[in-house]
Amino acid sequence: MQQAVPISADNAPRQEPGGASPAILRRGGSGALGDAIFAGACKAAGILVLLLLGAIIVQLFIGGLDAFRTFGLSFVTSTEWDPVKEVFGAGVSIYGTVITAILALLFAVPVAFGIAFYLTELAPAWLRRPVGIAIELLAAIPSIIYGMWGFFIIVPLMSRYIQPAVIDTIGTLPLVGDLFAGPPFGTGILTASIILAIMVLPFIAATMRDVFETVPAVFKESAYGLGATQWEVVRNVVLPYTRVSVVGGIMLGLGRALGETMAVTFVIGNANRISASLFGPGNTIASVIALEFGEATMGSLKLSALLGLGFILFVISFIVLAASRWLLRSSLKA
Amino acid sequence: MSATIASPSSGPARDPRVSAALGARRRRAALIVKVACYAATALGLLLLLLILGTLFWNGASAISINVFTDVTRPPGSGGGLLNPIVGSLIQTFIATLVGTPIGLLVGTYLAEYAKNSALGHAVRFVSDILLSAPSILIGLFVYQSMVVPMGGFSGWAGSAALAIIVIPVVVRTTEDMLRLLPDTLREAVIGLGAPKWKMVTLVCWRAAASGILTGVLLAIARVAGETAPLLFTSLGNLNWSLSLSAPMSSLPITIYSYAGSPYPDWIGLAWAGALIITLGVLMLNIVARSLLRGRK
Repeated sequence: MQQAVPISADNAPRQEPGGASPAILRRGGSGALGDAIFAGACKAAGILVLLLLGAIIVQLFIGGLDAFRTFGLSFVTSTEWDPVKEVFGAGVSIYGTVITAILALLFAVPVAFGIAFYLTELAPAWLRRPVGIAIELLAAIPSIIYGMWGFFIIVPLMSRYIQPAVIDTIGTLPLVGDLFAGPPFGTGILTASIILAIMVLPFIAATMRDVFETVPAVFKESAYGLGATQWEVVRNVVLPYTRVSVVGGIMLGLGRALGETMAVTFVIGNANRISASLFGPGNTIASVIALEFGEATMGSLKLSALLGLGFILFVISFIVLAASRWLLRSSLKA
Repeated sequence: MSATIASPSSGPARDPRVSAALGARRRRAALIVKVACYAATALGLLLLLLILGTLFWNGASAISINVFTDVTRPPGSGGGLLNPIVGSLIQTFIATLVGTPIGLLVGTYLAEYAKNSALGHAVRFVSDILLSAPSILIGLFVYQSMVVPMGGFSGWAGSAALAIIVIPVVVRTTEDMLRLLPDTLREAVIGLGAPKWKMVTLVCWRAAASGILTGVLLAIARVAGETAPLLFTSLGNLNWSLSLSAPMSSLPITIYSYAGSPYPDWIGLAWAGALIITLGVLMLNIVARSLLRGRK
């Protein structure tokens, strides 16, 4: 960015030398009042955004206060969620949120890297824009559509073909077998992670492409000049140069995956238990809020527990997103 | 790469057989990675085609004129999606109407007034957090601060939740687009004797108009498909209602409840709704991007 040029009404000439300037720009005298009003409005809008975030945090915290007071620290650690006995613990849903998001990244990051590599180094110039836009369109599809598509297409596919095959082969092995055991419902942690991976893929790919493009051409040309292959250039020049921003882009994807609601609600199976098998059902903070909200009456302890869950989700996403922004700051400025 | 820059006095490069083998290995590694990257890109494109294909396959057969002219009815008695479509249009419209001016002012503040001030950095940071924050939490927030005090779910609350999502999208594009303008433009306007507010509104906003419009279109596309924040605010309404003080129907919520139902005709309508919403959102995205063509 160029340096800020101090331009304000104070050092602008008050006296117009002639009648040559467009009348509309001068009408209304010096404009000091108009300036004060407009600058004030802009600043007020900015402060409104700050207050908005503050209000969101405070409202979620106040809403969850009842649950925090009743259960104390065990609200975060307890794995029991029993609306009948009015015992609420967030342990399972926090686990589900984290495990699905991390698995999603595990699937999405290599593919996103491949797409970014293709778009910056391999693709012919005329293909870069259309392919890039197609990948970005994947990010524009609403999450409810992913949920529906996952529920009607991926879930039957998993339960009929993929899960039985995996259970019969890998599921029989010692150690890793436990990860792929159980009945092939089609829904579950793994299916949710796959849908999440598809959803965060375009975000990570687009960020990686943008940061790869910040690498000065001279660096890459020097490496090519030494006889390096495209892969060697990316591994030894592009990745070391953009390492921090790449991690920032992955964190951005993680932030998205943590708070995703509709898609996960459709396919995760919605059961409050931690199963060793990735085929087992589970839940996430967002899916619990979405599903159980309808049964929570105003002012009930359950509603407070759901708002408390919201507060926990907010804290987790805030930390991840803030870290992502901090890591991406160098390429954001470019 | 260490092999390629080994000094000539030592290392394998002196032996032609070793260097040929090394070269072959390096080329093989490059080829494997290259093929994997082609495959990754093909997978991404395939997923897009697969999703669109499924929507067309299931949605096209369910779509008829009734979908647009008839209201939602109990399962087995036909019906359409008129009230969800109208409800979505109303709430998206109000959200855009409220969110755009605020986002525009904040973006202007960041680009023209507070480029490097501490408050500016804070606002930029918070706006970016809001941009990626889970939308379900915005719904909970509006539930706590509007639905509970007002005593019930309403179209107003739904519009408010969507407006909060519009703001950061507009802020991001407005700031980016204003920053692309050359400072000489600003100096020229000030040099003509115009006050700064006229410089911003009459020159900068106009010069960045297509970019700002892109942001607004992307924001509309974003909120049109939002489901989670509406669950706790406008709730959904299976009856025909245009009152903003009552629960209001919306396309995403209707898709959500219909897709999870056991009735084939409702599931068909859910596919029709999914097709309508996806085509609308993708169209808005493509129009928005074509507006930006040649600017970046």
